[in-house]
Amino acid sequence: MSEPVIVARGLTKRYRNATVVDAISFEVARGEIFGLLGPNGAGKTTTILMMLGLTEVTAGEVLVLGKDPVRAPLEVKRRVGYLPDSVGFYDQLTAFENLSYTARLMGIGHAERTARIEDALRRVRLHEVMDKRVGTFSRGMRQRLGLAEILMKRAEIAILDEPTSGLDPQATHEFLDMIEGLKRDGVTVLLSSHLLDQVQRVCDRVALFHAGRIALIGTVPQLAQQVLGGGYLVDLDVEAPAGVDLVHVLGAVPGVISVDRVGQFRYRLAAARDVRPDAARAAVSAGGALTRLSVEEASLDAIYTRYFQSQAASGGARDAA
Amino acid sequence: MRREGSAFQGLGTVMLKELADQLSSARVIILQLLIVLIGGTSLWGALDQLKQTTAEDPFLLLKIFTVDRAPLPSFVGILGFLIPIVAIGLGFDAVNGEHNRRTLSRILAQPIYRDALLMGKFLAGLATLAIMLLCLWLLVVGSGVLLLGVPPGTEEIVRSLIFLVIALAYCGVWLALAMLLSVVFRSAASAALVALGLWLFLTLIWPMLAQFLAQVIAPPDFRYQMLGLPTPDTLEWQQALARLSPNQLFGECVLAILSPTTRALGPIYLDQLQGAVVGTGLPLAQSLLIAWPQIVGLVAGTIVLFVAGYIAFQRQEVRA
Repeated sequence: MSEPVIVARGLTKRYRNATVVDAISFEVARGEIFGLLGPNGAGKTTTILMMLGLTEVTAGEVLVLGKDPVRAPLEVKRRVGYLPDSVGFYDQLTAFENLSYTARLMGIGHAERTARIEDALRRVRLHEVMDKRVGTFSRGMRQRLGLAEILMKRAEIAILDEPTSGLDPQATHEFLDMIEGLKRDGVTVLLSSHLLDQVQRVCDRVALFHAGRIALIGTVPQLAQQVLGGGYLVDLDVEAPAGVDLVHVLGAVPGVISVDRVGQFRYRLAAARDVRPDAARAAVSAGGALTRLSVEEASLDAIYTRYFQSQAASGGARDAA
Repeated sequence: MRREGSAFQGLGTVMLKELADQLSSARVIILQLLIVLIGGTSLWGALDQLKQTTAEDPFLLLKIFTVDRAPLPSFVGILGFLIPIVAIGLGFDAVNGEHNRRTLSRILAQPIYRDALLMGKFLAGLATLAIMLLCLWLLVVGSGVLLLGVPPGTEEIVRSLIFLVIALAYCGVWLALAMLLSVVFRSAASAALVALGLWLFLTLIWPMLAQFLAQVIAPPDFRYQMLGLPTPDTLEWQQALARLSPNQLFGECVLAILSPTTRALGPIYLDQLQGAVVGTGLPLAQSLLIAWPQIVGLVAGTIVLFVAGYIAFQRQEVRA
């Protein structure tokens, strides 16, 4: 991992008596796409606002590009682009005028302004409508305009809060492509979302927020390892001869972490790698009749669901005690 | 802990953008039309009145501002009434409008402080009002010259320009109040309603209430009542209370500046008039001295209300 551009240590935000963000720590390396994941109200947006110095930090610290956003907010905000959740623009102004206003706020000179804005709008494919009022824009177009603002800013870090919520599948697909384009430009992307398949598609690493804490952090396979016990799920349908305990047999296959018997003939293996050949060989050599064999990579969806199920279970137990 | 960078970075940009927005908005055009129409009517009344009664008045131009003809109030009376509405109209959705359009967090994520945003909006509102007032002033002076045929004297021009500055300070109070409410109330409609409610209270109800409260605090002395005179204590209380309303302050300033014969704004005793040549005007500096506390009051009110709005805005959470 190269030098970190965002470092949070014990970052905490409390409102009167509610702790919204509870002593979280993480690092984001330059050039990676980092996903903040979690249900609504888990503290993702508050964390983002603290990184931008838009809300005060109660305790702990966060450094963005080596600067404290509370002490040096202008420096941080000059180099970081932010696309808020359901971004708004001035409806009576055109797309170009909206960006021109923010460009002037950034202090970009007149000559450079037009070129930068047009270039950014071309990249998000809003070039043809740049002289139309934003009031006529669809939600997807507004999101893209927000992205154009970050491009125009030439931000080193792009913070995107729920950028794809409420977009149709086509618009979402396009938007995710554009996020990957940012990464190719060397921009570090921090993406907050609760749409898991999208996060899984573009993010290098994710942090799973739960009730103000980071419950899990790492790459998707790492999380799968932690939550599901393995990065791969192998399903086998095997009719076993009497007297053979297939759970035991399959459990002995190298790489298999756990074996569940999920149906009369169905076994589900959690494994660190794709163990299909070995598992099939083991089942057949034990005398079983193998009828189906499949593998799936652990999805974030499965990790997420499993994690919150187990949390609910242990939380319930804790409440009862 | 010191913050880095200037608090005014981006101030000019915000101000120019807001000014452009306001000058092109339907709202401002309608308000301006309203003022010109109502002001024009009272101006016409005043000119008509002056033509009939014209005499050797050294301050004929100033009379255009202050003379009224029966059913119509004077031009300054109309302004005292309309300025608050216009100022509230410009300021009531300054901050909550940005919230509701969801532009606030995006703008504040740019390298500016919140100071620049609030200050820029305030200055833009004030500039809009200044432009409107200047237009009106030119209209009044111009029509005075054209229709009365009297060339304005230097002192008249200076006095009427001072009046313009006072009117701007009066605008400032209401604009700052409207912006404070736009920070406090998340809904623009509530902010507008509360602002208009306060305006009604301070212009219509407070003068009556001041009279009533003064009588409660300092009951009238029956010896004065016997003589059919107001009790000085009660009168002073009444005036002090009434001056809490910016409307009252504006009225008193305007009286002192535009009517040079005004010698005092409070009760005056006969012995104080000894040696005075009643009916002659005071020099400009003396008139200004009379109105000075009121002018300071208006400016101070603007600053206090703006600071209150500023503090509220700094502490406000950005997220919706």
